[in-house]
Amino acid sequence: MQNQYTDWKQALRSGLLGGAITVLLSLIGIVTAFSNTYIVNKVISFGELLIVGPIAALSLVAIQKARARHPGLLILTAIISGLTSGLVILALAGLGQVINLRAMFLNASNDLYAIYAYKQALVPGLLLRLLVSGLVGALVAGFTLLPGRIKAAISQGLLYVILVGLMGRLIGTVLNTWGFVAILFKWMFVANSLSPIGAIFLFLLTGGLAYWRYGRPKTKQITDPKKQKLVRWGTLGGFGLLLIFLPNILGMWFSEILDNVGLFILMGLGLNIVVGFAGLLDLGYVAFYAIGAYTIGVLTSPELGFFNLTFWQAFPIALIMAFLAGVLLGLPILKMRGDYLAIVTLGFGEIIRILVLSDWLKPWLGGTQGIQRIQRPVVGIGEFSITLQSQQQLYYLILAGIVLVAFVAVRLRDSRLGRTWMALREDEDVAVAMGINHVATKLTAFAMGALFSGIGGTLFAAKIGSIYPSSFQFLVSINILSLIIVGGMGSIPGVFVGALALMGLPELMREFAEYRYLFYGAALVAMMLTKPEGLWPEARHRLEFHEEETPPPEESEAVPESA
Amino acid sequence: MFRTWRQKITMTDIMVWIIGLSIAVVVIWGTISTLQSGKYSAASWFDLVIKGLALGGVYALIAMGYTLVYGILRMINFAHSEVFMSGPFTAVFLANALQSNGFLSRQPLLGMLAITLLSMAVSMSVAILVERVAYRPLRNAPRLVPLITAIGASFFLQYTFRGFYGSGFEAYPTIEALNGYWRIGAIPLFKTQAVVIIAAVVMMFLLYAIVMWSKLGKAMRAVSEDKEAAALMGIDVDAIIVFTFALGGAAAGAGGILYILQFPVVHFYMGFIPGLKAFTAAVLGGIGNVPGAFLGAMVLGLLESVGPNLFLDGLGIPVASQLKDAIAFIILVFILIFRPSGILGERLSQTKV
Repeated sequence: MQNQYTDWKQALRSGLLGGAITVLLSLIGIVTAFSNTYIVNKVISFGELLIVGPIAALSLVAIQKARARHPGLLILTAIISGLTSGLVILALAGLGQVINLRAMFLNASNDLYAIYAYKQALVPGLLLRLLVSGLVGALVAGFTLLPGRIKAAISQGLLYVILVGLMGRLIGTVLNTWGFVAILFKWMFVANSLSPIGAIFLFLLTGGLAYWRYGRPKTKQITDPKKQKLVRWGTLGGFGLLLIFLPNILGMWFSEILDNVGLFILMGLGLNIVVGFAGLLDLGYVAFYAIGAYTIGVLTSPELGFFNLTFWQAFPIALIMAFLAGVLLGLPILKMRGDYLAIVTLGFGEIIRILVLSDWLKPWLGGTQGIQRIQRPVVGIGEFSITLQSQQQLYYLILAGIVLVAFVAVRLRDSRLGRTWMALREDEDVAVAMGINHVATKLTAFAMGALFSGIGGTLFAAKIGSIYPSSFQFLVSINILSLIIVGGMGSIPGVFVGALALMGLPELMREFAEYRYLFYGAALVAMMLTKPEGLWPEARHRLEFHEEETPPPEESEAVPESA
Repeated sequence: MFRTWRQKITMTDIMVWIIGLSIAVVVIWGTISTLQSGKYSAASWFDLVIKGLALGGVYALIAMGYTLVYGILRMINFAHSEVFMSGPFTAVFLANALQSNGFLSRQPLLGMLAITLLSMAVSMSVAILVERVAYRPLRNAPRLVPLITAIGASFFLQYTFRGFYGSGFEAYPTIEALNGYWRIGAIPLFKTQAVVIIAAVVMMFLLYAIVMWSKLGKAMRAVSEDKEAAALMGIDVDAIIVFTFALGGAAAGAGGILYILQFPVVHFYMGFIPGLKAFTAAVLGGIGNVPGAFLGAMVLGLLESVGPNLFLDGLGIPVASQLKDAIAFIILVFILIFRPSGILGERLSQTKV
């Protein structure tokens, strides 16, 4: 598309936008919240990165959109863009001095202005900020003018420094539990972040690696099928062993996180069948989760005292209940498509939550007080039985659930049923014309999804031991939807990637918890705008979204053009 | 003959009809037993009806946003509930400022006007911004994509405003001029509810006039019929879409002020349930249809206000009003099953559903 703005105006626009994004992030409170989360200890915090990041990104946009090709002009464009962003930030700080913004915006505090001014006196500090903003623009421009090899090296180095810096807490905790390895790495980390020397070392190491690998062919492909098989089983086995010992390596706190991530993987695999395979957008997925959990609760809790079953006796009943609920909801809504289906399932999820909360059903479901003292699962026979209680023990239960469900999901995907789901997703009318029974097919997708969600619910009840209506909010459905979309709709490994990225990462950064849903919302929008097929896309989807970009495979070249 | 009959009616239809009939039986049984018990007087029924109409007025204004956008883009603007929230959540600061310097009690009309205008302006800006950032780049994407974007935008907005103004509750000041009630014969009519109903009707009429009789409205309807043809006729389609979002946003902002006159507390999550109900109202009336949105909203408001007492009280369900949201959603499910075109809508063609 032709750019209708002159370079000057484009630079100003980019600068204003960059400044506006920074101001938005500041007013939301992220900048202040992360100002003490250091990436490099006492040098660069994540908050600072959030100020500088948008400015740098928009300077880059200004350069890319500029029509001038002379390096001097490009650098000037970037500097103007950076300075404009800096001026916007200054304007906020100045406005904050004149009127009390804090009466409205909670985060427009003096702390924020102090961060803007690098904790110096306000006027010189803000001037310094302006200078830095211009400098960031200049640096970005300089970066784009470098040869590709150095560019790759620098970006790789920066990426790793930021990633490792953000993961400082995880790495720090693991190092603390593993004393003898820690000595090797301890000098790189100070107080859960990289030390300056560590950062430089890491930057040089990863950057150097990228520099060395640039332009070289990737590692050799193994072509011998026997060797391929060996490699595949080797990696699978190694991965399996790692998974088995993971809770022991990481300790109690991380096991809790792993359990949560695992539950979401389990449910993500189920929703992936409904949304990813069959293309039915289900926003009431939490309903089946609630049904699974509440069935276990009602059947096993001695507090209510209706049945007093054990966990394993109640387990199949809970699954049947979830499955039946899936069929029951599925039946009336099969005629709907897309948007309407989404709203109706959302309504269904809310109905279940309202019923659980109501005083009407309180004698059976506990109302707002929920259900306590749910039986924990017991594994083993007679004297050798263990009650699974601690996070580490439950980890194995959840892991077993995931392995089972993932296996079923893979087999379903490759089955005849899986192919009919995908046919329905691609084009319902054509699929029906080809003789697919769309009622039965959609219904099985819905019911399978509900079943998996029910398994998630039962394990959740077993893990927590008591359930409350507040655990089954609409937000849970959104969590699961976000993770399968970020991972890639219809892609089974994508579910794992999405769950680790969306559930695991926020847990590792405590400050992040507050902004979790803000991040999810932004991630959903950003994924749909830039990479709608997800981080680990299913092959078919990748083709669908990037048909024009990737040339068709060889066979089209082999066929002579007869027309 | 028998064969065609059997082919037309499937197991699904039978199941759906059984579910529908059983709910109808429960509702009728509940109604009869409530009326027989004589627990409520005529005055209290009247009270509930007025309450329902006032609520319906708010839903109608929010539903306009859904209906207009659906009419043009054939998408559910999921973020509209946050557009609704943003207006009153921002205007509360102006209201409190006006209250503390006494302006609101000296000039209640002017003060309320300022608050309403601010609320409308904020909601409108948010709606336009969402369209620009989240929807415009996806004009020609597969259907599921803009819907997911809308959900994402909705959450982003919710938590943005949470970050701006905090996660707590903010209370609107009470407007003294609207305290108390008028009497119609022996029946008291609360001033707030009367004002809300009148304001909602006036605003709905204004919106109807804009859509039906103004030049922009004509262009809007043209775009909703056929985008390409409208563009060929010299209509700037993008501008019309922006205008549609702006109109819906302004209506939602005004609706927000009418909402806080009834429930004077705002917080970042306040948009979710009214937004969902307004969507239900839009579907009930026939989505894409302006008078339909009004009618659907009024019916929904009435059902929600009268329904729990009328349908459920007689069945011996304690605190039936807890279930009012469930009633609204069950209505939504059943309209979509039995008459997806709504009360006033034409039969939707396959491409629209």
